[in-house]
Amino acid sequence: MSNAAVTAAASSRATAAGKSALARLGEAFVGRLVILIPYLWLVFFFLIPFVIVFKISLSQTAIAIPPYTPVLGFGDGLAGFFAQLNELSIDNYTWLTQDALYVNAYVTSVIVAAISTVLTLLVGYPIAYGMARAPAMLRPTLLMLVILPFWTSFLIRVYAWIGILKPEGLLNQLLLATGVISQPLIILNTYTAIFIGIVYSYLPFMVLPLYSSLEKMDYSLIEAAKDLGCPPTSAFWKITFPLSLPGVIAGCLLVFIPAVGEFVIPDLLGGSQTLMIGKTLWNEFFANRDWPVSSAVAVILLLLLIVPIMLFQRAQARAQEQDR
Amino acid sequence: MNATWSRFNITSIVLGFAFLYLPIVLLVVFSFNESKLVTVWGGFSTKWYVSLFHNQGLMDATWVTARVAVISATVATVLGTLAALTLTRYTRFKGRTLFSGMVFAPLVMPEVITGLSLLLLFVAVGLDRGFLTVTLAHITLTMCFVAVVVQSRLITFDRSLEEAAMDLGAPPVKTFFQITLPVIMPAIVSGWMLAFTLSLDDLVIASFTSGPGATTLPMKIYSQVRLGVTPEINAACTILIAVVAVGVIIASLANKRREVQRQRDEQAAQRG
Repeated sequence: MSNAAVTAAASSRATAAGKSALARLGEAFVGRLVILIPYLWLVFFFLIPFVIVFKISLSQTAIAIPPYTPVLGFGDGLAGFFAQLNELSIDNYTWLTQDALYVNAYVTSVIVAAISTVLTLLVGYPIAYGMARAPAMLRPTLLMLVILPFWTSFLIRVYAWIGILKPEGLLNQLLLATGVISQPLIILNTYTAIFIGIVYSYLPFMVLPLYSSLEKMDYSLIEAAKDLGCPPTSAFWKITFPLSLPGVIAGCLLVFIPAVGEFVIPDLLGGSQTLMIGKTLWNEFFANRDWPVSSAVAVILLLLLIVPIMLFQRAQARAQEQDR
Repeated sequence: MNATWSRFNITSIVLGFAFLYLPIVLLVVFSFNESKLVTVWGGFSTKWYVSLFHNQGLMDATWVTARVAVISATVATVLGTLAALTLTRYTRFKGRTLFSGMVFAPLVMPEVITGLSLLLLFVAVGLDRGFLTVTLAHITLTMCFVAVVVQSRLITFDRSLEEAAMDLGAPPVKTFFQITLPVIMPAIVSGWMLAFTLSLDDLVIASFTSGPGATTLPMKIYSQVRLGVTPEINAACTILIAVVAVGVIIASLANKRREVQRQRDEQAAQRG
């Protein structure tokens, strides 16, 4: 801060002290409101819904609509509350653990998301690195070009791949015409298509944090290493990669967490042969109309993701501290 | 720096951007295909655009989507800006960790979870599913994105400007509207745009929280895509891409001009 600013800050504090008590009360009230409005909104529309999901995951399926028996109301006073407490059951959870379908869906989703995250990193790193080393004049344009696809619909971008990957699609036409293959490749409705879909859709989420940490890097470090006889590959692993690690972590979490629960990509590109938990939850809810079981599926999915989500939040908070 | 921009760097950028843009370009190209077969070129035609405008279901869905997006983006921008102010200006209050958690978690939370939980909330409070519930759901999701965008601008904000204003006797609320708001306005505008496009695009949360009569465009597109790929959908997607692209380009140009103006103002202020 410049000298003038310090003086200004000091005198503003002096003015604040001299202000009337009423004015200060008003300020405090406005400050409270700034915090309270978004706070209450998020508590009501984000936190409480999870409590409800948890509650319904413990209730029984019923034929009536909404299709579950109400559990845990305070309608009958405290005694009624405790009576209802006995009716809670973990049946839905035992059902989930006993059915191989659900266990498989969870395991597959985590594996698919992990593989896709690594693939996205492998595709995204050279792009981010190239951008960070581009002439400074070009960088804003390159950045804009990476962000632009993110603004176009996710659904549309996934849909675009159907026409490319189908057996009679554009990729097969190209490969058959050039004589690379003699039989059309079956890619659509396999896990390969899901990998391609996730890498494609989430690439900007990987490139942006990578770019922002690579851009900050001091390249004279690499030159120093080179002067001292360090080969480029080992300079990369000893200097560049460790310094870009915050970007790598943020990018991987931004891809991995939503990919585990992804619905649109496995549904449109994976077909009926592939199994992922987001699709299972969707079918449980929309096709089977079993709200308690789909709630239980959601609760376990959330428990699986809680550690990565907290890691993500820590990384965000740390990045914010550094910017300050 | 030019010397270090090797051939490898350029190749990876070119390939990367080809990968990002080729599918979208192909989608747009085949929306002008005469043939009904999406992947076989049968000559240039705009007939799918014509038939699109005669598809009443799609037109209704577009209208619903546009209204949801405008309303939710506007409310989300107000709430998101307040949340960003809370995160940057009030560093110490009870429950701050919970608050920042609630702002950041929706960014990565799988949509199926958010959608299901919001639906169960609406059922629990007895709110009929429809236009209102989709809008409320979109506000909740998109305000967090707005908060992150605005917050990143607030962090680099030069607070001595505010202090100077208050020093000259402006009350805090007036200082906010006359000093802070104009400076962070570009970030607020891009926050609004982001919220708008996120709402425009959302399929999963809308499917959970919407009811009869409030079918959004992505829901409509999704149900048609499940029946098969048609050039009409390509045409609808092309229009959506065009709308968003034009909007983003206009906004970024406006942003750039404002940024230049701001820097000029700040320099002038420092000199004077």
